[in-house]
Amino acid sequence: MNIEIKDIQKRFGDFVALHRINLAIRQGELLALLGPSGSGKTTLLRIIAGLEQPTSGAILFGGDDLVGQSLRERKIGFVFQHYALFRHMTVFENVAFGLRVKRRRERPGEAEIGKRVRRLLDLVQLGPFGGRYPSQLSGGQRQRVALARALAIGPRVLMLDEPFGALDAKVRKELRRWLRGLHDEMGLTSVFVTHDQEEALELADRVVIMNGGRIEQIGSPESVYEQPASAFAYEFLGNVNRFECTISNGEAVFPGGTISVSEDVVHNGGEAIAYVRPHDIEVFSGPAIAALPATVRYISAAGPLAKVEVAAADDRLIEIELARPVLRALALKVGSLVHIRARKARVFRRDTEPSPGEALSMRGEGRYPEQATPPAPMWHI
Amino acid sequence: MAAETKAPASGPAPASAAAIDEPAWVRRLLIAVGLVFIGLFLVLPLVAVFVEALSNGIGAYLAALRPPDALAAIRLTLLVAAIAVPCNLIFGVVAAWAIAKFEFTGRSLLITFIDLPFSVSPVISGLVYVLLFGAHGWFGPWLVANNVQIIFAVPGIVLATIFVTFPFVARELIPLMQEQGTEEEEAALSLGANGWQTFWRVTLPNIKWGLLYGVLLSNARAMGEFGAVSVVSGHIRGLTNTMPLHVEILYNEYNFVGAFAVASLLALLALVTLVLKSLLEWRFGHELAASRH
Repeated sequence: MNIEIKDIQKRFGDFVALHRINLAIRQGELLALLGPSGSGKTTLLRIIAGLEQPTSGAILFGGDDLVGQSLRERKIGFVFQHYALFRHMTVFENVAFGLRVKRRRERPGEAEIGKRVRRLLDLVQLGPFGGRYPSQLSGGQRQRVALARALAIGPRVLMLDEPFGALDAKVRKELRRWLRGLHDEMGLTSVFVTHDQEEALELADRVVIMNGGRIEQIGSPESVYEQPASAFAYEFLGNVNRFECTISNGEAVFPGGTISVSEDVVHNGGEAIAYVRPHDIEVFSGPAIAALPATVRYISAAGPLAKVEVAAADDRLIEIELARPVLRALALKVGSLVHIRARKARVFRRDTEPSPGEALSMRGEGRYPEQATPPAPMWHI
Repeated sequence: MAAETKAPASGPAPASAAAIDEPAWVRRLLIAVGLVFIGLFLVLPLVAVFVEALSNGIGAYLAALRPPDALAAIRLTLLVAAIAVPCNLIFGVVAAWAIAKFEFTGRSLLITFIDLPFSVSPVISGLVYVLLFGAHGWFGPWLVANNVQIIFAVPGIVLATIFVTFPFVARELIPLMQEQGTEEEEAALSLGANGWQTFWRVTLPNIKWGLLYGVLLSNARAMGEFGAVSVVSGHIRGLTNTMPLHVEILYNEYNFVGAFAVASLLALLALVTLVLKSLLEWRFGHELAASRH
């Protein structure tokens, strides 16, 4: 069943948390709402789930408007960021809760409840843990109990608020893969909120990038990563080098050099910002056409890609990622003189771009405090 | 043992095994002071009550509890507690719920007012009711005209007791409910529970221990309250005397055995309350620990 979100607006006093959001969630897809703290993603999720009422707008669920409907009628499985398990109930009773509170004529018998709960516990690989209390479980196990509990009501949609936020890196990765498998297996429509771009890009069928209560971009992980629609999206999705420049004859000109620009050319003489991903920079040991001289400041060779920081002529730092064989072939050392060239750059007009100060000031003001990912490093050249 | 003991140069007794431990003599002194204080100020008076009550033998003790006035005082005390405690239980839960789960104007005012009975003298709490409902009070003429008696009657005693014991349940629950937040209630609602089911199945089980403590404390105070009740009661023997008031009357009449017999009964009720609390803590300690985090 498709969910259509129409003109949803939400205010908290003077603060506008959501500006006229329009979004269609397709049957069977796994959708990520991605954005920094305070971008409105959790508010949007809670509004769809009915935990919060929108100031205006409609949510159509296969044609019915959900706004004003009770949570019971919505039948949306919601997994809370901190799980919100019932601490005084065993795992079994937690999962059974949604079945036990059904109206009498819809409520399954005790034997049927037991059967369904056991099936769900097996599904989340917690079969032997039914008799435990939440406080006796690890974070990952609690998360799976929360999931089983949400699935018990046979939800039309599954919604997850920062589902992996409170878990350590290894568990997070396992659980992510497992959740993807579960989603595919059950054919559910799922929406999850995250501030972790890697998580969104890896897990979701489509990613909705949100910023300041607005949707910046909607697309597949490949398309949003490869073709960010805005400067914000570009900066938010992965590390980036940022060059404030002016455009002149198809080149981005900035103090200390130029980058040739092949796409999205801003009109001649326009103020712009050119973004270059660290892995889109070529490094030469000697001079090369259109390459800038730079000095290697820092090399970190741990991991599949080596991270190299070089200082350009005006002393500003540029981040580069190199495959390790390339690093070895160049025989780079801290202090080496190199020449660098952008393989690919993306240019946005400067006035359309939220200033970094503004973007940063959004952090910590959100209604739902969360761990902010550090902003992508930005180097001004 | 001696090898790992490092006595501080100035310390007279080289006894502490770990750096953070106090020297043994300090420990012993502190424990002794604590025990002596408790013995002197808490245990001894309690023992004295029972000793005095039983000084003429168990027969005299039981006889002292048998006069109709004494029985009336016991009945009245139990009646007042039986009305005041449930009232404060309901009100305490409602107030704590409102304060912990909602943001509204007047919230901090409500928190302040809940503490009021703790900060004003019980005598004043009693006088307030006399001022409101007494014959010369604000509602006095209307009450007289309609033949309703509040002051110098059971309703006044109940009102004064409710006032005095008002904060116990709410005070116990507010921090607990604030700490627990609203996420579990939201989860229950999202799973299809209605408000009533959410309260009975999620909220109440989560606060039941705090609630029980609040009720026990509130009950102990309701039965033992003297000041406020004394002002509104009128001391009519057999009608408006609660146990504490009855104790005072007997004492003033030099009926020491009688006074201490009734007092011992009151003390016994308090002791039962404490034992009950400890028993429950011991029996459900594990569950209690789980519900606290």
